[in-house]
Amino acid sequence: MSLKAALESGKFVVTAEVAPGKGTDVEHLLEDAAVIKERVDAVNVTDLQSSVMRLGSMAFSHFLTDVGIDPVYQVTCRDRNCLALQSDLLSAWALGIKNVLALTGDHPTMGDHPKARPVFELDSVSLLDVIGKLNSGVDMAGNELKGKPDFLPGAVVNPGADNEAALDLQIMKMETKIKAGAKFFQTQGVYDLDAFEKFMKRVEGFDAKILGGIILLKSVGMARFMNKNVAGVFVPEPLIQEIKAAENKAEASINIAVRLVEGMKDLCHGVHIMALGWESKIPQILDTAGL
Amino acid sequence: MEEILTMVEEFDRILVLGCGGCTTVCCAGGAREVETLATLIRMDRKQKGKPVETLEAVTELQCEPESVKPILEKLANQYDVVLSMACGAGVQTVAQLFPNHNALPALNTLFTGRAEEHGVWTENCLACGDCVLWRTGGICPVTRCAKSLMNGACGGASEGKCEVSKDRPCAWQEIYHALKRLDKLHYLKQEPQVKDWPVHPGKVVREDLREGEATRVD
Amino acid sequence: MSSFEPLIAVFSCHYCSYAAADLAGSSRIQYPPNIRIIKVPCTGRVSANHILKALERGADGVYVAGCLEGTCHFISGNYKAQKRVQYVKALLSEINIEPERVEMHFMSAAQGSKFAAVAAEMTDVIKELGPSPLNHSRY
Repeated sequence: MSLKAALESGKFVVTAEVAPGKGTDVEHLLEDAAVIKERVDAVNVTDLQSSVMRLGSMAFSHFLTDVGIDPVYQVTCRDRNCLALQSDLLSAWALGIKNVLALTGDHPTMGDHPKARPVFELDSVSLLDVIGKLNSGVDMAGNELKGKPDFLPGAVVNPGADNEAALDLQIMKMETKIKAGAKFFQTQGVYDLDAFEKFMKRVEGFDAKILGGIILLKSVGMARFMNKNVAGVFVPEPLIQEIKAAENKAEASINIAVRLVEGMKDLCHGVHIMALGWESKIPQILDTAGL
Repeated sequence: MEEILTMVEEFDRILVLGCGGCTTVCCAGGAREVETLATLIRMDRKQKGKPVETLEAVTELQCEPESVKPILEKLANQYDVVLSMACGAGVQTVAQLFPNHNALPALNTLFTGRAEEHGVWTENCLACGDCVLWRTGGICPVTRCAKSLMNGACGGASEGKCEVSKDRPCAWQEIYHALKRLDKLHYLKQEPQVKDWPVHPGKVVREDLREGEATRVD
Repeated sequence: MSSFEPLIAVFSCHYCSYAAADLAGSSRIQYPPNIRIIKVPCTGRVSANHILKALERGADGVYVAGCLEGTCHFISGNYKAQKRVQYVKALLSEINIEPERVEMHFMSAAQGSKFAAVAAEMTDVIKELGPSPLNHSRY
């Protein structure tokens, strides 16, 4: 079933995520993806995440279609102007890619080429608008296309914004993204189900499917690192202690993920699991959570 | 400084030319800075056993030919090179007016900004040609947001600060607070905005201000 | 080099160090004859250009002697002078002149002995550094 069909069916949707590496080696990534192929509805392919130069998301998304996985092609506005973005979108469609996740993208200073010139001519909102235009058969300049795509556009939202202004801005932007055509949202990693429930109450009635983000906690160090450095991610201290106390860290991490999946079942339309290399653990999480 | 000293290495009579406009206001190229730079150049060259003559002058506005011409004409033949302490526009005005003179830049023009306090300046305008300040509470997202976003905040801010630097406030959060104060938060819920970028180099022509006959309109 | 007697310009505040110099004199406290005092109404009047010009015109060292911290007659002139001295030090480094040739000192009108001690200290420092690179022809 494609992601679109899954979202429309009303089932609890599961997506995962893979990140191409630095270099041309794609074999092990395809192996990671193969492990979860039967268990997820789609797999995101990140676009130079954290502004680190890597193999591109279009190419790897295309490889996923080859092995029968429905990819979510992530596109950021950091590295391409509107000509390149539109052209890449048409190319992606021609290569069999049907879902696009429109992102603004991290600033280059966050990555391994910190002096690179950022583009950001478009942003997540205007990119969604452009995807809508391409879907309707015209480009940004109003020129007609010969053969048009029919992308399922998605976007992200950060429900853990750390102050009222930031959260209000996130929610207002979410509304604008829906207006601009976003059909589904994948959220930033969530660890606090109460806060997530409050967020879901505020976006009740929004015309889009929401998949709660889950980042597998691989270690105490990683949790602390994210608390310090990743905007909008907050791992509560009890969870950190749970992993610290556990003899089998992976087991504890899986338990936490299972609880989050179970909690989200009643709150939103699906989950987006960011396993960061622990793709092999996703089936176990889904089994235990009864999915 | 080293770069300037290298630039003027070959010259023995230097006119250090300040500007009474923006670079005076931002303490980068006014009368005081002209005096400092001229003194430093003389001291450096004296040390190297290659003394140099310096002239010091300040134009009213170095981007206006009318203000540059009389000064340079008056000092003609007294210098071999003009070391301009104006912005890039001023340096080029000198270069265009006197194509046979060497016009050198003493400053690296960084940005168009304002004085936050005496001694602190911030970038506030990119001269982008498409001002949105009316709907952003008087805060410019083009310069103040690291990504020049036009449709609201990205997800990168933490504790109100930009992902690029902890010293940099999130412009969109500032815009949010400003619009909230002004009771104009609905400006944030608008149609997707795409910014138009002007063709460079820019040129503005105002026929009503130019010399010459008007075209007849029948 | 032992015969080298530096010339040191002192920008001296009317309210403190200038009076301290007087006190040193009337108390018969000796200080090196190398210093030349330039009286200013407040060290806040001393600009970077004043210090640079003093060096350009032959001083081997320059120091600014202002009021003790928190006691400036004009509230903060001494702090302004201190920052300008730091600025000049940075400029001097750019043209390969030892920043130690320029210093900021603080003292009260009652510290005649401190005035003398600072004068001696600066003289020692500059003697150690030798003549200003701008003054080699003089020696």
